[in-house]
Amino acid sequence: MNLITLTSWDLLTTSSLIFILAIISIKQRLGLHKSLLIAALRASIQLFLIGFILRWLFGDINPLWLIIVSGIMLLAAGREVISRQQRPFTGSFGYLSSTLSMFLSSFVLTIGALTVIIQPELWYSPQYSIPLLGMLLGNTMNGIAISMDRLTSSTWQQQQVIEQRLMLGETSTEALYDIKKEAMRAGMIPSINGMASAGIVALPGMMTGQILAGSPPIDAVKYQILILFLITAGSGFGVYASLHMGSKRLFDSRHRLRLERISAKP
Amino acid sequence: MTVLANTLTTKNLSVFHVGPINITLHEGECIGLSGPSGCGKSIFLKALADLLESKGEVSLHDQTNTRIDAPEWRKKVQLIPAESLWWFNTVGEHFKKPINKTQLQLLSLNADIEQQAVNQLSTGQKQRLALLRSLECKPTVLLLDEPTASLDKDNTQRVEQLIQHYLKENNASALWISHDPEQLKRVSTKLLAMTNGQLEPA
Repeated sequence: MNLITLTSWDLLTTSSLIFILAIISIKQRLGLHKSLLIAALRASIQLFLIGFILRWLFGDINPLWLIIVSGIMLLAAGREVISRQQRPFTGSFGYLSSTLSMFLSSFVLTIGALTVIIQPELWYSPQYSIPLLGMLLGNTMNGIAISMDRLTSSTWQQQQVIEQRLMLGETSTEALYDIKKEAMRAGMIPSINGMASAGIVALPGMMTGQILAGSPPIDAVKYQILILFLITAGSGFGVYASLHMGSKRLFDSRHRLRLERISAKP
Repeated sequence: MTVLANTLTTKNLSVFHVGPINITLHEGECIGLSGPSGCGKSIFLKALADLLESKGEVSLHDQTNTRIDAPEWRKKVQLIPAESLWWFNTVGEHFKKPINKTQLQLLSLNADIEQQAVNQLSTGQKQRLALLRSLECKPTVLLLDEPTASLDKDNTQRVEQLIQHYLKENNASALWISHDPEQLKRVSTKLLAMTNGQLEPA
């Protein structure tokens, strides 16, 4: 199979499309150009950085470095979840609970997939472990960010409904049921839709990348299915765990709504 | 004096700027509570229903509220807020059992109102239905926050009668907030006024 490698020129040419979009945004006063350019720049730098890190990790396989790199990925994901919240939990709770949920779901599933299913010669071989963990973390992070945002902002908006349900003798679980269900749904919908439309509407990014890089389509498809199942399960478990912790945090032992535990300013 | 089963007492109850308050609401008693808006009447009721963290003690008969599960406590010491809220589509979904037809009739509400969509109800209908929704839990203490605020004269009378009837039937007691002095004279056995977070005889 012959592989076409991209040159720096290829990427620069493509980046002109982003610049054109930015110019349109400036002319039409859409206010998007700044975040667009920063995001594009961030993506390029971050991806090259991880590329160099991976190259170095592949060359010198050392479990300690792997732990450090995956730890940094996890902490960055936790920070990202918080920065996407309209009304995050006050104090360190939001960060700790979402990081713990991601750790529980993404790390356990990655280790499981590596040791039980893919079984590379060296189970933590960075060629498999880092991309897999990255995929799982990224998707779990999205799910958790969406559902926690939904949980806290809906609770804020519907505080009076919740209180009235409590007045009628409902437990905190009952009074929050509809909001929690909706938050779970919101967090899971991207993964479910991703599976439902895969192959028909969109060719998933990973599979496309693999095929472009020269893999036989059926091999790429098998990996893609594996990944889809893993990321759906990973974000599902992660969302479930973080909502469980989050909804507990919203009440005290006397089933009183504790709104001071989420930040007042959106 | 023996304390009857449905007697509510507070010992140095305070929350935010309200209190410390010591009152006894005897079984069968209905205390009328007045005071300017924002003086803390509703906060006081919320504290009694254990919806706000407070200092001091609230007890029913001889049991302090901390010894009873919070949801159970709130079923017994039922707060009925001034503005009723609804979260399902139809009226009936908010009730555990079919609504008592006699009570509906007493409040001049249609017998088939159960099937009606909540967003088709008037504020007055909602307020009357919210009362029935709360009474379904068979509370022994009613904390009424302006229960007739959005009602006309006839319906106000109907609600007053229904509540008084309920109190008598169930040996229940009530704390009744109102901005209408005439109403409080009609319904209550004792009058209190709240100023600056303190209760005084009115």
